[in-house]
Amino acid sequence: MSEYKSVKEIEKDPKKNESKKIEDQGILKGLEQLTPEKIEIVINQVINDETGARLKVYVDTCVHCGMCSKGCHFFLSLNDPKFSPAGKVKQTLWEILRKKGKVSTEFIKDAATVAYTQCNLCKRCAMYCPFGLDVAYVMSVMRRICHKLGVVPLYIQDTAHSHSATMNQMWVKDDEWIDTLMWQEEEAQEAIENLRIPLDKEGADIFYSVIGPEPKFRAQLIFQAAVIMNAAHENWTMPSMPGWDNSDMCMFTGDYEMMERLKRRHFESALNLRAKRIVMGECGHAFRSVYDVGNRALAWKMPPIEVVHAIEYYNELFEQKKIKIKKKFDRPVTLHDPCNISRGRGLHEMARNIVKATCAEFIEMTPNREHNYCCSAGGGVINCGPPFKNARVESGKAKAKQLFAAKAKGAEVVIAPCHNCHGGLEDIIHHYGVDMELKFFGDIIYEILELPEL
Amino acid sequence: MHNFYYFATGPLAWIAFLVFIGGSIWRFRELLELAKRKDSIVFEYMDTKFALRSIVHWLIPFGSRSMKINPTMTVVTFLFHICLFLTPLFVFGHVILWKENFNISWFTLPNAVADLMTLIVIASCLFFLWRRIKLPDVKYLTTPLDFIILFIVATPFVSGFWAYHQFPGFATMTIIHIISGEIMLMAIPFTKLFHMFLFPFTRGYIGSEFGGVRMAKDW
Amino acid sequence: MSNYDKWDWDTSKKKVADLSAWKEKFPYIEELRVSHDGEKIAAIVKNEDMEFTVCIQSEGNDPETWENSYDKAWNLQFTPDDRLAALVSDAGEWKVSTDDETWENGYDFIWNMKFNSNGNIAVSAQKELLYSVVNNDTPWENEFSRLTDMVISPDGEKTAAVVESVPVLESEIFKFRQGCYSIAVNGETWDKNFMNIWNPCFSDDSNHIAVSVRTSYYDYYIAIDGETWDKSFSSVWEPRFSPSIYSVTAPVKRGGKWYLAKDGEIFWDRPYFQLWQQFYSPDGTKIAAIVAPEFGKWTMALDNNPWEIRFSEYLSDPLFSPDGNGVACLFKDKGKWGVAVDGKAWDCLFDMVWQPVFSNNGSHLAVKFKKDGFYHIALNGNIIDEKYDDLANPIFSPDNSSILVRGLQGSSYNRKVIKI
Repeated sequence: MSEYKSVKEIEKDPKKNESKKIEDQGILKGLEQLTPEKIEIVINQVINDETGARLKVYVDTCVHCGMCSKGCHFFLSLNDPKFSPAGKVKQTLWEILRKKGKVSTEFIKDAATVAYTQCNLCKRCAMYCPFGLDVAYVMSVMRRICHKLGVVPLYIQDTAHSHSATMNQMWVKDDEWIDTLMWQEEEAQEAIENLRIPLDKEGADIFYSVIGPEPKFRAQLIFQAAVIMNAAHENWTMPSMPGWDNSDMCMFTGDYEMMERLKRRHFESALNLRAKRIVMGECGHAFRSVYDVGNRALAWKMPPIEVVHAIEYYNELFEQKKIKIKKKFDRPVTLHDPCNISRGRGLHEMARNIVKATCAEFIEMTPNREHNYCCSAGGGVINCGPPFKNARVESGKAKAKQLFAAKAKGAEVVIAPCHNCHGGLEDIIHHYGVDMELKFFGDIIYEILELPEL
Repeated sequence: MHNFYYFATGPLAWIAFLVFIGGSIWRFRELLELAKRKDSIVFEYMDTKFALRSIVHWLIPFGSRSMKINPTMTVVTFLFHICLFLTPLFVFGHVILWKENFNISWFTLPNAVADLMTLIVIASCLFFLWRRIKLPDVKYLTTPLDFIILFIVATPFVSGFWAYHQFPGFATMTIIHIISGEIMLMAIPFTKLFHMFLFPFTRGYIGSEFGGVRMAKDW
Repeated sequence: MSNYDKWDWDTSKKKVADLSAWKEKFPYIEELRVSHDGEKIAAIVKNEDMEFTVCIQSEGNDPETWENSYDKAWNLQFTPDDRLAALVSDAGEWKVSTDDETWENGYDFIWNMKFNSNGNIAVSAQKELLYSVVNNDTPWENEFSRLTDMVISPDGEKTAAVVESVPVLESEIFKFRQGCYSIAVNGETWDKNFMNIWNPCFSDDSNHIAVSVRTSYYDYYIAIDGETWDKSFSSVWEPRFSPSIYSVTAPVKRGGKWYLAKDGEIFWDRPYFQLWQQFYSPDGTKIAAIVAPEFGKWTMALDNNPWEIRFSEYLSDPLFSPDGNGVACLFKDKGKWGVAVDGKAWDCLFDMVWQPVFSNNGSHLAVKFKKDGFYHIALNGNIIDEKYDDLANPIFSPDNSSILVRGLQGSSYNRKVIKI
């Protein structure tokens, strides 16, 4: 049911962010196993062994000026001081450092909620703080503490467990993965005869990796990618064994040991096949994990093999004229810049190049590029599941306004080249009645692609 | 009274400068040691070009989007910081002290300008006070220490202005001026006033990360 | 590689197959596979009925397809004894086929085909959503709700895999924490369960299995035959058995740094930013590992002494020479690949390079590499022979005097023996 018809109606909404009771079993049952002593030991272990000057400088330097507030879409959406970036630090690490870890279970409950569900780790606030203080890092430290305490929202903890048992996010079994690829290969042969999804091909130019939800829920994206790869005559491969999933919820729960294990498997998967580079599907957080966070945790300054996000790859396809289109996509589009690949990798101009190459009419959302608002789903927030869904959608009000504004200028379709953004935007579009269609770049390219003659 | 004046301008001034310089060096060394020991990776990503790129953008008024959407704060902050640094360095009364004691001197501000700059600092402090009381997000973050720091910063300027204009009780005010100035100096290494020294590093680091790894702007 | 010493080491060049005939005959050809002895070349193809089969050709013969064809075939490989094995399916039933003969038993899916050095074949299998392992057509007696990381023992008699020994549903996070995974060896599980298990590894005598486990989010152990080491670590990597004595080493993490541990105690006391892929000299007296002594800088450590040379990106495929006197590995530095031996890098750099191979006496090292779109062989740092469009890894002759080169030039696949 759509709740609002316009930006103004959202503005008039009298409902403020009333404090909601936490109903998450992962947090509540996790708390039952804690004592103040255990909390203190774990906190001090994390603070003393795993943090250093960075955390200290971040906390000491903050002059409480509030300039970060407008950097946060939570604050912009809810207009509650508790949701300003520094406000979230106040509710977590300030208190922990001040009390040297002597905090109550009640405190941990709230701190876990703040760290896991009220911050998308999008790092936008680092661009609004005059000192460039990185609140996402501080929230990650809080999550690390909560992970070690075993107080993690149930849904995201479950995906982290899936990662540990299956090396993918969605409990996809080894055979289900291969079966899905074979099934998609067969489907795609309807479009291109003898099309292949080559498994475990040594020495390919491209090792194509995806996130767990693709084989589970969005297998057509693999199909589309296969069609595009074949149309571009790429020498590519996908692995048959675990290591195919580039996603990483362990990075977001604070289970860094598992993150290391996942990333090692993924990199080695590609490197053992002697692939030249990894091309990834349209996912933001996975890119962050492979390009920025996971490699560092394993002592690689940069990834040991070139990592290419779908945007960079599609842009290359058009620049090098490797694929042709039948005609441009003719409905007016707007573009959502996912945090992890715009602010995280500066791919926003390439994304616009692809829009220009594929779409007839483009309407910018504002603010955009590095300054775009997060979809409120990132950073593992959407993965915390139904107990936090309403709160998440409310914090997407700023995004809804942005969408309404683009719609008012004529945009009908939102391109969001990131899975989590899709999830988040879908909920926002539905909840606020924005009534726009969501697409990946892959959807658009597939739709207008001129298939090669055989 | 006179003895106290000589104490404040003599030994206490030396102490203040020593504490300020010594304390700042100590703070830096401590942080550097800690960083080397536990955050050595930070140094791997520091990049002079991108650090400077970021610092420069944030030292230019309205150089960042953050400053553009907070215009009042931007104007006040820039004026405040400029006046806060330049006034004590170049006000005639201070330069003459350096001349008398060490026989070194430099450019001095015309009195009217120094007056104006002092008033800007005071007004800015009032603006900051207003923000801390009135803006909900700033109020939420504000601690009692933040008010004390504001007081520490404002007092030397209020008292200096008072003493210079010889308002009633200016003799006492002069001593308050000297002592509060010294307190401010001594407070720098041990309070959030140290942010002035950390700025290039925090900004430089995030600038390096954004420039070198994320290939994005951070302003 | 069976009968290795009986291979033809005298004929300098044989043209085994001309693939242009294949291309005329088949509308669809997958990646080419070459037998270890170089005498045969094969690939999965589609026949005129658009069914999957395997085409194979040897010198002097026409290309021949298997008599059987399938709805799908994949994972074609030459076994160590040079039989041709593939996973094939007919009407939804999957089987292993070797040299066109399928196993008796069929499954809803099979994957992860593994060989021991004699050519025993094992696969992971799923039937009616229950999982087991099939070793030479004999399935485990027990089935599990989840199975992964299957390994086959060196003697080929045993298979092991990580299994879900206590069925746990998605979202049962607290049950998961109590431990629902175990190792099944020939279908029999250990009597202990763990929260997670990874990296099962058999001892050389096939009698023991070591694994990495975690019992909580912060207690990682090495477990051998179900018993964990006494001390836990904040993380661990793959365990390895010594080839000579009953002893296990594993990289372990403590205080944010990596060490090599042996039988539960820290063995290499020097902290590393990373340490993995430890491996033993053939007599078991020396251990080497890939390490990062500094952040982002990689090298090899031999008995805890890192080489002086550092590489910026990656190190892989480390190995001892058969006599145990030399250590080699591949490296990637500033986007280019190379070979390093005993602390020195070869001068030549490549776009890509494959597993290095020592001669039996340890005096030569050869690699297959790719540069500017073509494949070559490099011997001791020098490019030998011609360029190829595709190439298999080089193999030294038993007397170390020659190298077997199996390469594709244009459409002709040639087997060459090159004197060193």
